Amino acid sequence: MSVHIVHLYASEMNIYGDNGNVAVLRRRLEWRGIDVAVSRLGVGDPVPSDTHLLVGGGGQDAGQAVITDDLASKGPDLRAAADAGVPMLLICGMYQMAGHYFAPFDAPRLAGVGLLDLHTEAGPTRLIGNIAVDSDLGPLVGYENHSGLTYLGADARPLGTTAVGQGNNGTDGTEGARRDNVIGTYLHGPVLAKAPSMADHLLSEALAAAGMSRDLEPLDDSLAEQAARVARSRPR
Amino acid sequence: MDVLSTWIGKGVQGSLRLAGRTGGTLPGKVVESIDAGYLARRLATLPRGVTVVSGTNGKTTTTKMLAHVLGTRYRVLTNPTGSNFTRGAVSAVVDVARWNGRLDFDLAVLELDEAYAARFVAEHQPHRVVVLNVLRDQMDRFGEIDHTARLLGRAVAAATGEVVLNRDDPRVAALADLATVPVRWFGVDASLRSLFRSDDELHVDDVASVEPTRPADVELTAYSPDHSTYRIQTTSHDVELKAEGAHNAQNAAAVIAAALGEGLSADDIASALGDVPPAFGRGETLDVAGRQVVLQLAKNPGGFRLALMSQAPAPPDVSVVAINDDYADGRDVSWLWDVDFTGLAATKGPVMTAGTRAADMALRLRYDGVDVAEMVTDVPAALRRAVEEAPVGGRVVVYTTYTAMWRLHEMLRDRGGRRSR
Repeated sequence: MSVHIVHLYASEMNIYGDNGNVAVLRRRLEWRGIDVAVSRLGVGDPVPSDTHLLVGGGGQDAGQAVITDDLASKGPDLRAAADAGVPMLLICGMYQMAGHYFAPFDAPRLAGVGLLDLHTEAGPTRLIGNIAVDSDLGPLVGYENHSGLTYLGADARPLGTTAVGQGNNGTDGTEGARRDNVIGTYLHGPVLAKAPSMADHLLSEALAAAGMSRDLEPLDDSLAEQAARVARSRPR
Repeated sequence: MDVLSTWIGKGVQGSLRLAGRTGGTLPGKVVESIDAGYLARRLATLPRGVTVVSGTNGKTTTTKMLAHVLGTRYRVLTNPTGSNFTRGAVSAVVDVARWNGRLDFDLAVLELDEAYAARFVAEHQPHRVVVLNVLRDQMDRFGEIDHTARLLGRAVAAATGEVVLNRDDPRVAALADLATVPVRWFGVDASLRSLFRSDDELHVDDVASVEPTRPADVELTAYSPDHSTYRIQTTSHDVELKAEGAHNAQNAAAVIAAALGEGLSADDIASALGDVPPAFGRGETLDVAGRQVVLQLAKNPGGFRLALMSQAPAPPDVSVVAINDDYADGRDVSWLWDVDFTGLAATKGPVMTAGTRAADMALRLRYDGVDVAEMVTDVPAALRRAVEEAPVGGRVVVYTTYTAMWRLHEMLRDRGGRRSR
């Protein structure tokens, strides 16, 4: 038995260290002696039926346009996986595309895949800087860099509230979104490196999706906690 | 007006020097604010015009190499190391102009960052524009790399003589469509492509199969840490560069292409290149208390990757990775996860981390299986520790972001560290 992590659009949507989330998840399983397989899911590839954890990153605006049609074709499989409780972590560009649509400033609206009840409109300025978030999965720190403003619908709940930074839209104090085991967030960093409890939450759900025991031995995360404290103290 | 502006600029410079400070960019800032067209009008008097060097990585080293090589034939005006904003260029002009504003130079080689290059060409159309690469860096300032490429496109479109472009970087090669003048191409041989990756190839396992899209005027055909071979048009030339690192060998290909455009012979260029001392912190080796200290600027994934692969000739006794997140470094340190550090696990000596993000860096290394012996936030203190750890005659390699390098620069200047090669 092994846990199958699927890296969605590893080539097209992979900017700013987001692949680090995959590295963190993989290593935290390996350190515990749990077998893990990682595969890259690109344009044209079918969603594997044994996906136990799906991770997607941010991209350039151009990258987002490239994947739109393909994402629509993957839509039914991705929605079925989310409904079945498969954990997913979607960052920045993929977070936006996980909603109903993304409306860029001067280009046609891009249809999202509808994994999360939210929509995103381009804003007048980029929201850029260090960000700290208080969430049910522990304190989160990272870096946001987005022009889209995201608004949540009734079927999505925020991942957390922003302590430092702008978050979803800079006005309502929320950051990210959740439903079932799907998590979307604007936090680069990569977010999981300095949020080991969120990483382990996703891994626990992935183990369940793989039909394995949820047990995860504790790891020494003092270095992550130290790095998170420093990150939280830095200027925006 | 030019005489007056020159006097004012020199006046500011003189006052700063009397106050015991170096010229810096303040004179340029003052002159720019009272006389916005000064730089363009002065540069327009240069008989062979201006070469602008831009791109994400390697601007400083390339500018220094090109100014040195062209200096064997011409009187060359250049801006000081790393001051790649227009006010740095204005300061440089004010500094070297005669009191009547005249410039006794044949040509200028100016390093400009991507945003300032676009602004500069609106004032002055350069003879030549050299674009090295477009890689992910400072996205907190530039937003996206496609936007950075568009800024560089404006500079390319403004060139009046020729442009020099990197054949192997697709974002740079695409800029050829915007040029209204001939393009001179530089590149690396297909066998070296996996060493020099474009941004899109950072996460690709194998790029060796990528065949070049077009012939290049200058090609790096073989590289080893102490020896580079170039095909210059039809002949092969060996060069021993003083600056360590594969990236400097690639930058030298751009220098050769630009120098060909100024009419220098391949033999003269190759021989002059071997004499260029490295720019501070760009593969420079210093002697500190009997140890060799190598400083490698590593400020984004592409540069870091090449710096890590440039280990030679002997593996270091101690490695230090110094990561600051001040404004000039970029506040975001996510990019550290775009670099593969697994190679550091195999170095024989201890690895230390330093800088404001020493803990972040140690965490990053932990996930790549590299044990960190020590974390020291204060960068000069970290280097002192590393030097103590290394045996006399040993070697310390420091990978460092911009502001961490400045701290090391101050420290090494104060303790009189000297160049050892």
